[in-house]
Amino acid sequence: MTAETGLAALWLAAALAALQALLGALALRRAMPQATTAIRAVAVVQGALAALAMAALIAAFLDSDMSVALVATNSHSAKPWLYKFAGAWGNHEGSMLLWVTILGLAGAAVARFEHRLAERTLVATLAAQATIALGFYAFLLFASNPFARLNPAPPDGAGLNPLLQDPGLAFHPPTLYAGYVGLSVAFSFAVGALVTRDVGPAFARAMRPWVLGAWIFLTLGITAGSYWAYYELGWGGWWFWDPVENASLMPWLAATALLHSVTVLATRDGLRAWTVMLAVVAFSMSMIGTFLVRSGILTSVHAFAVDPRRGSFILVLLLLYIGGALALFGARVGTVRQGKLFEPFSREGSLVANNLLLTVILGIVLIGTFYPIVAGAFDVQLSVGPPFFDSTAGPIALLLVAVMAVGPLLRWRRDEAEAVIQRLFPAIAATLAAGVGVFLLAGPIGVLPLAGVALAAGLAVASVAPLARRNLRRAPLQLWGMVIAHLGIAVSLAGMAISTAYTQETLLAVGVGDPARVAGYTVRLEGVRPLVSDNWTAIEGRLSVTDGDGQSFVLRPQVRYFTTPVTTTNESAIATMWNGQLYTVLGALGDDGRWQLRLWWKPFVTLIWLGGALIALGGALSLLGHQWRLWRTKQRAEAFT
Amino acid sequence: MKSGRMKRWLPLGIFALIVAVVAWGLWRPADRTVRSALVGRALPDFTLPAIAPGKPGLSSADFRQGKPRLLNVFASWCVPCIAEAPQLMTLKAAGIPIDAIAIKDTPGDIAAFLRRNGDPYARIGADAHSRVQLALGSSGVPETFVVDGTGVIRAQHVGDIRPEDVPELMQALAAAQ
Repeated sequence: MTAETGLAALWLAAALAALQALLGALALRRAMPQATTAIRAVAVVQGALAALAMAALIAAFLDSDMSVALVATNSHSAKPWLYKFAGAWGNHEGSMLLWVTILGLAGAAVARFEHRLAERTLVATLAAQATIALGFYAFLLFASNPFARLNPAPPDGAGLNPLLQDPGLAFHPPTLYAGYVGLSVAFSFAVGALVTRDVGPAFARAMRPWVLGAWIFLTLGITAGSYWAYYELGWGGWWFWDPVENASLMPWLAATALLHSVTVLATRDGLRAWTVMLAVVAFSMSMIGTFLVRSGILTSVHAFAVDPRRGSFILVLLLLYIGGALALFGARVGTVRQGKLFEPFSREGSLVANNLLLTVILGIVLIGTFYPIVAGAFDVQLSVGPPFFDSTAGPIALLLVAVMAVGPLLRWRRDEAEAVIQRLFPAIAATLAAGVGVFLLAGPIGVLPLAGVALAAGLAVASVAPLARRNLRRAPLQLWGMVIAHLGIAVSLAGMAISTAYTQETLLAVGVGDPARVAGYTVRLEGVRPLVSDNWTAIEGRLSVTDGDGQSFVLRPQVRYFTTPVTTTNESAIATMWNGQLYTVLGALGDDGRWQLRLWWKPFVTLIWLGGALIALGGALSLLGHQWRLWRTKQRAEAFT
Repeated sequence: MKSGRMKRWLPLGIFALIVAVVAWGLWRPADRTVRSALVGRALPDFTLPAIAPGKPGLSSADFRQGKPRLLNVFASWCVPCIAEAPQLMTLKAAGIPIDAIAIKDTPGDIAAFLRRNGDPYARIGADAHSRVQLALGSSGVPETFVVDGTGVIRAQHVGDIRPEDVPELMQALAAAQ
């Protein structure tokens, strides 16, 4: 029954989405005055029904109901409950259901909580949101039904991909999707405002918290995903420029640009058309990313893994939604009044530079991600990897960091170069000191890492400079938010640059008792022992590690053998020190009775994710600050009347 | 003024370009199979011990006897290998000599595999650590090589042999005569 409940909820949600779009059209034509009130209620119920469908799928996974095809192919009764729960979205159909659930919930949240947007624009926004949802409901119901039954039901399931059997699966996809799909709100706002010709500061102020909210989740999702890949894949890397990662990075880049341009529009009434464009682009990147991942066009190793029907379905949806929005943009942007102008050398100017640079990086990632498909059309097989992205996006990202250091110290509208240089003096000094210091102390490293360390130091100093000579208690929360987010970038950049430049790696075969050395640590394999769990067996190595001061501790990397499906994974064991991580991976047993052992010393690598968390925290503070001010203004207005 | 009008349609243009590229990639999926660099070159030298009772091991010299043979890289633990077993039996019935390299296997498992799925092989060599497999440029199981009578690899089939692949292999064998 659970599966049928879910399916029924999904059909009902789809029907309500159709109704919602229809009500929107009626209200906009002023054909039906009640439609304006009704559309909010419909949007809320539609979101609730989507959530019910998701809950039904989770229930089927928790029950190990093997008569549901999706459960049978992706779960196993012997799996720990957390992976049964999270396994609900660890597959194509389930993750698409999660996707539309978040789309529905985002629409419901707008219907329930958005009171600042002009009524007609809100109606148009909800209609746009419903139209997007309708297409993806159709995709689920006709091409990816998560509730299909199997008759007869198999005695047990085929299991979950062991790489996904990690607590990370429970948090990473929902967080990432909340950001990914949360951007749909910005998209719908932009479409709504284009329809009602309502692009202006009020519209930007209404849109800002939604963008900020989605961006926070996206930042957390990417950060968590990066750490998950780092410890789970056993390669010791934190970013692989893999198409799936790029699919999450591109919306983040667009959303980051949008976050800054929406501020210009909200406070200075500038960048009107550009902000609308970015709002469309950000969610378009989410949809394109979903297409890239879901169609298997890029990630598959074997050509037959591509499911052209599903890919074509999503492609048609992209054509309708992105094409439609861009066509609307082309047709209506002429009616968007020119915003206020400003001098190039001003806060606005630096935000424009920020937007341009982010857009260029976005373009580079987009080209790098799509190039293999273009080349494939000419029968050339290639993949685009770190050498391309590092050398193209890297320098531009560093330029962006420089702009980020300067921007917040500029005044709105216009500023004087001399005054700015004075304000920037500590940051410039920090940059030079860090650069020269690293070069002298640690010897020559690559140009990019050296520039990275130096700029990270400069940015760290520059990012707290706006707080200088201010009463910290009275500094608005939004300012703290910006300071902490920018500081987070500096922290993250320092981690990337230092760990890239100074990582030490050894791969060796060791017998029991043999010492291995990496970066001042002596690692000794003391023994191996077999382990058994619900759905895997493992060989666990016992490594005793002694540091330079004679302190010792134990690390236990494992090689896990999963039975359903048959797979081997390497579970790394990581020791976190204040100045970096010791990363150990146990490999295969050789003919001569010695074990492969891979050791890495990754100095300050943890800063990368700490920085990510700071960036998200900054976003959260900024969101809180804006909401707090809104609430205070309302309170005062009420007290006044 | 004119350029301004052009500019506003630029995003749509870029998007149309992306869609065109992707549609092309979707409907004409690129062949991403990993091919061995050794196709057209001689087999690397190897000698592998026997693994199945009453069946000799395999060495590269066995392929220089003047007649083309198939070299099947398989394993008892490999599911697609079960799927291709009937096709190998068909090829054997057509009089084609087939040798095999068993990857990371044990005599017991091999015997059970052959009992269950049929035995199309003339010789089976045991490659316990995939060394010969790697030397052949084979990236997985199953894979099948067409080797001519002088020990030169003439063709490679990656993945299980489906019924529709059989004529293609027969052609490659005929061409290797």
